Amino acid sequence: MTRFVERHPAWALIVIIAVAIALWLIFAIWPPGLEEAIGRKRVFLNAVFNGITLGGLYFLVASGFTLIFGLMRNVNLAHGSLYLFGGYVGYAISASTGSWILSFIVAFILTAMVGVLLQVIVFRRMEGQDLRQTMVTIGLSIVFADLMLWACGGDFYQIQTPSWLIGPVDLPLITAIKSSGEPVYLRYPLVRLVIFAASVVIGAGMWLALNRTRIGMIIRAGVDDRDILAATGVRIQLVFVLVFAFGAGLAGIAGVVGGTFQSLSPGEDIRFLLASLVVVIVGGMGSIPGAALGALIIGLAEQLGSVYIPTYAIVVTFLIMVLVLAIRPQGLLARR
Amino acid sequence: MSKCSVGLIALSGLLLSSAAFAQEKIKVGVTATLEGTYTVLGEDGMRGHQTALNVLGKKVGDKELEFIVASTDATPDSAVRAVRKLIEQDKVQILLSPLSGDEGIAVKNFAKTHPELTFINAASGAQETTYVDPAPNFFRYNMDGAQWQVGLGKYAYDEKKYRKIATVGEDYSFIYTQVFGLVLEFCGAGGQVTNRQWVPLGTKDFASVIAALPDDVDAIYLGLGGADAVNFLNQYQQAGGKAHLMGGSIMIDQTILSSKGNAKNALIGTIAASGQADTWEDPGWQKFVKAYQDAFPPNKRFPSPSLLATNYYDSTMALILALRQVNGDLSNNQAKFREALAKIELDAPNGKIKLDSNRQAIGTNFVTEVVDDGKGALFSKVVKVIPNVNQTLGYDPAVFSKIGLPSRTVPECKKY
Repeated sequence: MTRFVERHPAWALIVIIAVAIALWLIFAIWPPGLEEAIGRKRVFLNAVFNGITLGGLYFLVASGFTLIFGLMRNVNLAHGSLYLFGGYVGYAISASTGSWILSFIVAFILTAMVGVLLQVIVFRRMEGQDLRQTMVTIGLSIVFADLMLWACGGDFYQIQTPSWLIGPVDLPLITAIKSSGEPVYLRYPLVRLVIFAASVVIGAGMWLALNRTRIGMIIRAGVDDRDILAATGVRIQLVFVLVFAFGAGLAGIAGVVGGTFQSLSPGEDIRFLLASLVVVIVGGMGSIPGAALGALIIGLAEQLGSVYIPTYAIVVTFLIMVLVLAIRPQGLLARR
Repeated sequence: MSKCSVGLIALSGLLLSSAAFAQEKIKVGVTATLEGTYTVLGEDGMRGHQTALNVLGKKVGDKELEFIVASTDATPDSAVRAVRKLIEQDKVQILLSPLSGDEGIAVKNFAKTHPELTFINAASGAQETTYVDPAPNFFRYNMDGAQWQVGLGKYAYDEKKYRKIATVGEDYSFIYTQVFGLVLEFCGAGGQVTNRQWVPLGTKDFASVIAALPDDVDAIYLGLGGADAVNFLNQYQQAGGKAHLMGGSIMIDQTILSSKGNAKNALIGTIAASGQADTWEDPGWQKFVKAYQDAFPPNKRFPSPSLLATNYYDSTMALILALRQVNGDLSNNQAKFREALAKIELDAPNGKIKLDSNRQAIGTNFVTEVVDDGKGALFSKVVKVIPNVNQTLGYDPAVFSKIGLPSRTVPECKKY
């Protein structure tokens, strides 16, 4: 942090000013002139919160993607299919047992098993052949999409939100002052807050596991140089399978999350594959903090875009990707 | 005896198959949105098409109809690609296409490059398709989005006493046309439309859109369809939304009313207008619903046909009846067939349909209200039936043309 400030004092100043403005926009009570210029504060705050929570969902999908890429250099373009598969499994479980929590566990286990099969049957056979892997995974994603369309149809599925999570809560953020002087607090859907908190916990857990445990050390060593790691006697194939299973399981969990606050239908697989590609390109391939930052940026851009420039909202995400590719092609937080 | 009948059946089967072998075929290409946001709509459209074939049969004189299906995803380029494939590879002679608004405009323009073929619109409902520079070989037996909203504005103003409303709609031609019809009538009655929000087709996260909905309105009009509508309702429920709702024709439709999950319950009591109503007592409609229900097992269909199923049924019916009138004669660039199509009056399940000089349907419209049948299934209940709705919505054509074409901001909220 201090090194960044020393090396780029101008950039650091800009970042600090931007953060200060953002904090003021969130916590201050807006003067009437500002409300007239850019609309009500409630809309702005909601867009920011939605951006952050959507970023949480993107992070869940993209972190598995980036973890797999970072360690194995596998570009798994069937990652979106794992997301959708997890979602459908979650729906089936929650519809038959009524338990939302259980649907996460089962979705994680089943998609992780699919991940293991993919790694053992497909990727191990074509290690290091990027183009073949890419082609095969594109093919697989089409096959999976059609199989799921066959099994589940084109219907929209929504996973039932448990009753204790339905409805909004008041947040201690003032959006306006009534004429009587009474403050109006921001009301926000509870389920999105819970999901965001869960993705923060998962993200922090992954960071801790990578940086503070033995298996994390092995994975980091594998990211740096897997040949040397294999030569030291680590059973590298087992590590690969575990990491792939975990990454796939995360996609499955994300599917349940997505099915809860959005919906599941054919085509979602491609959308989330695209989202996670953009997120990891912006954040830096193979970097977990990069995936978090990228997910946050893309989520915020989508939501603020959809409120303030609805016509061009779709373009904003890709503009950000183009900008990052032009200025810092390795991604914002990539190490190399 | 049984031996004899088995023998007879075998013999007749043999005869039939040899007859079929000698038969000439008429090839018809069908497109539906079997991918993307509108997948469910396309699937139910195909069910309506199949129901029509079950009821009417595939025979035209001594010729047999052969249908070839191609999939689109509601974007205009996918529709043109599908239609081109059907014409160039499958050599179809007649097209039953497309399903969605923007597709309709693109296919109509494409139809002009193939004046030797005939295009029958399957379900698309943008106004521009038949109103601006219509193609002589493009026929539409369903009403457009504005016609489908006739009656809703007045009902909202007079009966529900809504004075100020806001709209949220998908950003493309069909929804523009729907909002056009609504605004024209509602503002004509004296109401105000304070805010029109447009979201891209395929939007998943509506939370910010929901937050931006104004508080100071009596009702919010939703012009959404397919996955978008379900996502909106789900997030609306999570955000604790309580406003009165009004719905467009593909919003208050079995495609949404029978979606899984309980978000759809937000729609109970919502008023809407469409080219059909689920609970209409008319015997023709009831017969169609029965045919639809009998054609598919309950888990492979909706409790009652959607607007798309009805449209596909009607257009397939027009195709077959007109072909039968001319005995399958497609000579002379299908001139006789087209004449029959232009003149035909359909006794369709959702009311009588005839075509105007632009080959656009004049039909019956329904104002509806969503009710729960007591077993958790939602249906649209008839409130009002309005016969003979034409494309200029009863306006004088000269006045109508001054309003402008449906877009994000047209029409203005005033009395024309």
